[in-house]
Amino acid sequence: KKLNISHSQITRLYSRFHSLDKGENGALSREDFQRIPELAINPLGDRIINAFFPEGEDQVNFRGFMRTLAHFRPVEDNEKNKDLTSGEPLNSRTNKLHFAFQLYDLDRDDKISRDELLQVLRMMVGVNISDEQLGSIADRTIQEADTNGDMCISFSEFTKVLEKVDVEQKMSIRFLH
Amino acid sequence: MPMKAVFQRRLQKLKHIRGVQQPVFSLICMLLGISFTVWFTLLLVFIIVPAIFGVSFGIRRVYMKSLIKLFEWATLRMERGAKEKNQHLYKPYSNGIIAKEPVSLEQEIQEMRRGSAEPEFDMSDIFYFCRRGVESIVDDEVTKRFTAEELESWNLLTRSNYNFHHISTRLTALWGMGVLIRYGFLLPLRVTLAFTGVGLLVVLTSIVGLFPNGRMKNYLSDKVHLMCYRICVRALTAIITYHDSENKPKNGGICVANHTSPIDVIILASDGCYAMVGQVHGGLMGVIQRAMVKACPHIWFERSEVKDRHLVAKRLSDHVADESKLPILIFPEGTCINNTSVMMFKKGSFEIGCTVYPVAIKYDPRFGDAFWNSSKFGMVNYLLHMMSSWAIVCSVWYLPPMSRMEGEDAVQFANRVKAAIARKGGLADLLWDGGLKRGKVKEVFKEEQQKLYSKVLVGSSEDRSRS
Repeated sequence: KKLNISHSQITRLYSRFHSLDKGENGALSREDFQRIPELAINPLGDRIINAFFPEGEDQVNFRGFMRTLAHFRPVEDNEKNKDLTSGEPLNSRTNKLHFAFQLYDLDRDDKISRDELLQVLRMMVGVNISDEQLGSIADRTIQEADTNGDMCISFSEFTKVLEKVDVEQKMSIRFLH
Repeated sequence: MPMKAVFQRRLQKLKHIRGVQQPVFSLICMLLGISFTVWFTLLLVFIIVPAIFGVSFGIRRVYMKSLIKLFEWATLRMERGAKEKNQHLYKPYSNGIIAKEPVSLEQEIQEMRRGSAEPEFDMSDIFYFCRRGVESIVDDEVTKRFTAEELESWNLLTRSNYNFHHISTRLTALWGMGVLIRYGFLLPLRVTLAFTGVGLLVVLTSIVGLFPNGRMKNYLSDKVHLMCYRICVRALTAIITYHDSENKPKNGGICVANHTSPIDVIILASDGCYAMVGQVHGGLMGVIQRAMVKACPHIWFERSEVKDRHLVAKRLSDHVADESKLPILIFPEGTCINNTSVMMFKKGSFEIGCTVYPVAIKYDPRFGDAFWNSSKFGMVNYLLHMMSSWAIVCSVWYLPPMSRMEGEDAVQFANRVKAAIARKGGLADLLWDGGLKRGKVKEVFKEEQQKLYSKVLVGSSEDRSRS
């Protein structure tokens, strides 16, 4: 119920889920995602695919699919003042930031270490930037973000660095109907 | 008189031998005999004879117009039914279900930096890739081209219905009648015609093959091919509208068209004579191929020869150089696409250096979807689907001939032709390779994306000094 998506949008997403599910077993595997050419050429394609699969699992069912996609629902104005007793909706600013944080956090330990940052940077630039340059970029980034001196970026430090960025707009996908 | 006496005597004989049910049985046999005769006469008069002479009674167009009215009525009923239950009808939208902004990587990242002097890495850069990735998961441009197009209004075929719970009893009755008509009347009619068409093709081309080479043989071969393809067109109840026939392909050229199904060949070849290109098959296809090549020169390749690009190019150029030979028909996409877009053209046929005659084929999916999803359905299944749809309605546009311009390489030429075909047929023009239906996308595209991002990160001045 936290998802708050209209009936027609659910039908459309289910139709999409079904067309991606080549094995027709009601669940998507990593290969099913990799079959999308535009995702396969995305430098962070593998990290995004990973975000759909909970720890240690190889299949995602429709519920899980929807749950992950729900992070990208646009935030409507009247929802910002909504009564919070029902729990924070998946598409809140915090949850969107958390989704992006998890793309960096390879081992899911709630911290972005220098190594992890380097690996993700390497994915994004390919072979076009040298190791030293990449290393200095990573060091600089951690220096700017790290406030408690543990040489890692925690979620709250991540949030602080991005407090001026319009996360709601950058991490939202708008349905046409 | 004698007929009646013979009949009565037979009746008595049968009564003696097998009891009273026999007269009913022989009555049925007689009725069947009469109906078969009537059936075949009608077939001959209304379908085969016009096919031979290339004229039409216009029955198919009337049929098409009445079907359109029927479909619109059906959709209205479904919408009314949905409104009563206070729900919405599922309406497919082939133009995309999410809003995608056509912003490039550089634009977006620079926007996020808000014009800061040094284009350094920012943790928010990931948002661009993230959003683009998830957008492509929800709706991408490529995978939806390999499944049948979804329809906006229901055409009374179960295979294209997404609103099952909104069908009233009246609609169900109509659908039931539709099933009866399609499977009970249209399907046997079409199968008969198909067999006739193919049979005649094989027999007549073999006969023409016995003639000595010359003008007579070419003339007869053209007539025979046209006639048989026209019968096949009627076997599918294909209602085709040809536009701009003054641009029809001439000898010594190559005709290229977008590919949706094997039926494309029949549609084009029933209006003009072409030399076909293809791989040698076994079985029935092989028989047809061998017969066709007796009457006029088609280009059939052995499986091993297909891999050799030079051999293929040489045979095509040799054929094209001979002015007496028919124009070659080629589908440069290499695979069937679902007729909402045109995908990458393989450059082989554009390297030959002769005039190219582009043709755009657009099917109207309301009457029957012609797209062959070869990973889902085999050929027999596909033909069954085809012959049990209402009709195949399509438009063919002959575009003016194009040649390679100075300083243009084969790939650019191919893209230019592709853009012209897409524009005329109202199809989306995609750069993606149709081979993605089965194969994986090449790594080089990912590397391009990475290169783009690195440029933004490091700044173009540094990039220049490095290279």
